[in-house]
Amino acid sequence: MVLVFAEATNGKFKKAAHEAITYGTKTAAAMGTECVALTIGQVENAGDLGRFGATKVYNVNSDATATFDSGVYAAAIAEAAKQLGAKVIVMIHDSTGKSVMGRVAARLDAGSAPGVNSVPTVSGGGLTVRKSVFSGKAFAEVEITSEYKVISVAGNSIPVEETGAAATVESLDLALPASRTKVLETQRATGRIPLPEAELVVSGGRGLKGPENWNVIEDLAEALGATTACSRPVADVDWRPHHEHVGQTGVAIRPNLYIAAGISGAIQHLAGVNNSKTIVVINKDPEAPFFKAADYGVVGDLFEVLPKLTEAVKAYKAS
Amino acid sequence: MKLLVCVSKTPETTTKIQLTGDGSDVDTSGVKYIMNPYDEWYALVRALELKEAAGSGSVTLLNVGPADNDSVIRKGLAVGADDAIRVDAEGSSSLFIAKQIAAQAKEGNYDILFFGKETIDYNGSEVGAMVAELLDVVYVHEASKLEVSGTTATVTRDIEGGVEIVEVELPLVVSAAKGMAEQRIPNMRGIMMAKRKPLKVVPAVDAAVSTKVTHYDLPPEKSAVKLIEPDDMTELVRLLHEEAKVI
Ligand SMILES: Cc1cc2nc3c(=O)[nH]c(=O)nc-3n(C[C@H](O)[C@H](O)[C@H](O)COP(=O)(O)OP(=O)(O)OC[C@H]3O[C@@H](n4cnc5c(N)ncnc54)[C@H](O)[C@@H]3O)c2cc1C
Ligand SMILES: Cc1cc2nc3c(=O)[nH]c(=O)nc-3n(C[C@H](O)[C@H](O)[C@H](O)COP(=O)(O)OP(=O)(O)OC[C@H]3O[C@@H](n4cnc5c(N)ncnc54)[C@H](O)[C@@H]3O)c2cc1C
Repeated sequence: MVLVFAEATNGKFKKAAHEAITYGTKTAAAMGTECVALTIGQVENAGDLGRFGATKVYNVNSDATATFDSGVYAAAIAEAAKQLGAKVIVMIHDSTGKSVMGRVAARLDAGSAPGVNSVPTVSGGGLTVRKSVFSGKAFAEVEITSEYKVISVAGNSIPVEETGAAATVESLDLALPASRTKVLETQRATGRIPLPEAELVVSGGRGLKGPENWNVIEDLAEALGATTACSRPVADVDWRPHHEHVGQTGVAIRPNLYIAAGISGAIQHLAGVNNSKTIVVINKDPEAPFFKAADYGVVGDLFEVLPKLTEAVKAYKAS
Repeated sequence: MKLLVCVSKTPETTTKIQLTGDGSDVDTSGVKYIMNPYDEWYALVRALELKEAAGSGSVTLLNVGPADNDSVIRKGLAVGADDAIRVDAEGSSSLFIAKQIAAQAKEGNYDILFFGKETIDYNGSEVGAMVAELLDVVYVHEASKLEVSGTTATVTRDIEGGVEIVEVELPLVVSAAKGMAEQRIPNMRGIMMAKRKPLKVVPAVDAAVSTKVTHYDLPPEKSAVKLIEPDDMTELVRLLHEEAKVI
C-alpha cells in the first residue's frame, strides 16, 4: 500500500497535495496495490482527495497536531504507515515535507528520495525514481531498496489527474508524542501564489537598477497572474525580500513560464531555474549568457520592453 | 554553550557538471570543492556568534567523509570553529550519514546541532531531520533567524510565501537558511591557527545503505533561442499561447 501525506494549509488542500495523490496513485498502480491518503489536523472536505485516486482518506487529529511540530507529524505519518501496512510513503517536497521527511525515514529505517520528479519504476522489491541533483545541473536515478521507502514530490513535476470519486474518511487513533514546538506567529503573504508552487514567474535582476523600478516587473506579474522573483545580488542588497531569490543558493523552481529581465544568466542563477518549461529572457546585451538557456529572447531595454509586454498580455486576456 | 556544526563538502558553485561516458557517475576530475554554502555562511557563523555572545562554550565541526575532506574542514576551523571531528567513511546515503552524526552527537551532549537547509549537490534537505529523530530532539527546518536566551530558542523558519516564528527548548537541531548570519571571510591569523586546531578522525558505526544512484544524465540541450523584435510583444504573447502553450 502507498500512503500519501496530503498536507493542508489552514485546513485546505493546495495543488501540491493533489499532485502528491496523483503521484501516489500512479505509484500504487505500478506496484499493483492501492493508494490511501493521510491528513493531519483539522481538514475541510478530506474525502475530496478520492477524486485524484485515493481509495480511502485517514485523518489524525489531536491536541498535539493543532500546530506544526516535525516530531508529532513524523510520528503520525510513520505510525499510520505501520498500522495500515503501507510500505511506500509519499509527501510534498515543501517546507513541511522537508521538516518531517527525514524524521519519517529515520523512524522507519527507510531509504528516501527527496524532491523526485517522476513516477517510480518497480524492479523486484526496489523502486527507482528520478530527481534533479546539483541544483538542476543534472538528474539522478535513485534506487531505494529498503522495506519502507519514503519519497517526496517536487512541485509542478506531475500533472494532476482526476480519476475517481470522493472517498470515505476515517479517523485514525494513534499514540502521538506531545508537541515540542510552540508556534508564536505565522505570517503568510496573501494573494500571490508562493514561488515554489507558481506556474508563472516574472523575475528581475541588477538590470532593474533599483528597487523603485520594480513596478515594471510587478505590472507584468499582475497582468499574468504570476509570482515575482529576483536574482541573488538584488536580494543581497535588499531591493527585494530574500525569499524571492532564485538559483543554486536560493529557491529552485520549475514553473511553466519563467520571464527573466535584466538578469545576465550566471551559472548559479541558471541552476535554480533551468528546469522551467519555457524561459523568456529580456536583456539589452545580445551576448548575455542567459540567451543560451532561453526559449524566447528579446534583445532590448527592459524599461521599454516590459511595459509593452504587459500591454500585450492585457490585450490578449481581454480578447 | 556546546555547539555542533555539521558540514558537507560540495562542488564549487561555478562547476559545470560532467558525467562519465556511461552516465554511471559524475566525472569529478578537475572539480573544485567548497564547504556547502549554507553550512559555512549561515550555520557556522551563527554558531560562532552565539558562542561569542555567551562569552564561553565551544563550536565543533563534524563531517562524514574521506580524508580528502580535511581541507574543507580546515577552512571551517579558519573561519573560527574550535575543533573538528571527521567520521572516516564515504557518505553514500543520507540516513547513513545521519546515523554517523547521531552517534557522535550522543557522546558530545551538544545544546544546538546546526545543519544547512540543504546541500547544493544532492539537494536532500533531510539529514538534519533524520538526526533529530535519531536523537529524539526537536527540529526546526530552514531557519532564517535564531535567538537563544537561557535554554529557550526563538526561531524564524521560512515557509511557502512567509515565515513562522516558533519557540523551542534546547537541545535543538536546526537547519540554517539565508538570513541567519552573514558570511565571514577567514583572515591570515585564522588560517594559521586552523592548522594547529584539533581534527579528530573517528571510525564509522555500522549502518546500512539502502539508496543508490544507478544513473546520471544531463538536462537536454536547449534548441537555439527564438528572438522576437522588442516592439512586437504581441508576437511574443502569441508564441507563449500558441506554441509554448504556457499562457
Ligand atoms: C557561491 C555563489 C552562489 C550564488 N548563488 C546565486 C543564486 O542562487 N542565484 C543568483 O541569481 N545568483 C547567484 N550567485 C551570483 C551570480 O554569480 C551572479 O553574480 C548573479 O546571478 C548576477 O545577478 P544579475 O544577473 O541580476 O546581475 P548582473 O550579472 O549584473 O546582470 C545584469 C544584467 O542586466 C542587463 N541589463 C542592464 N540594464 C538593462 C536594461 N535596461 N534592459 C535590459 N537588460 C539590462 C545587463 O546586460 C546584464 O546582463 C552566486 C554566486 C556565488 C559566488
Ligand atoms: C562518493 C559519493 C557517492 C554517493 N553516492 C550516492 C548514491 O549512490 N546515492 C545517493 O542517493 N547519494 C549518493 N551520494 C550523496 C550522498 O548520499 C549525500 O551526500 C547525502 O545524501 C547528503 O546529501 P543530502 O543532499 O541528502 O544532504 P541534506 O539533507 O541536503 O544536507 C543537509 C545538511 O546536512 C549536513 N550534512 C550533509 N552531508 C553531510 C556530511 N557528509 N557530513 C556532515 N554533515 C553533512 C550539512 O549540514 C547539510 O547542509 C554520494 C555521495 C558521495 C560523496
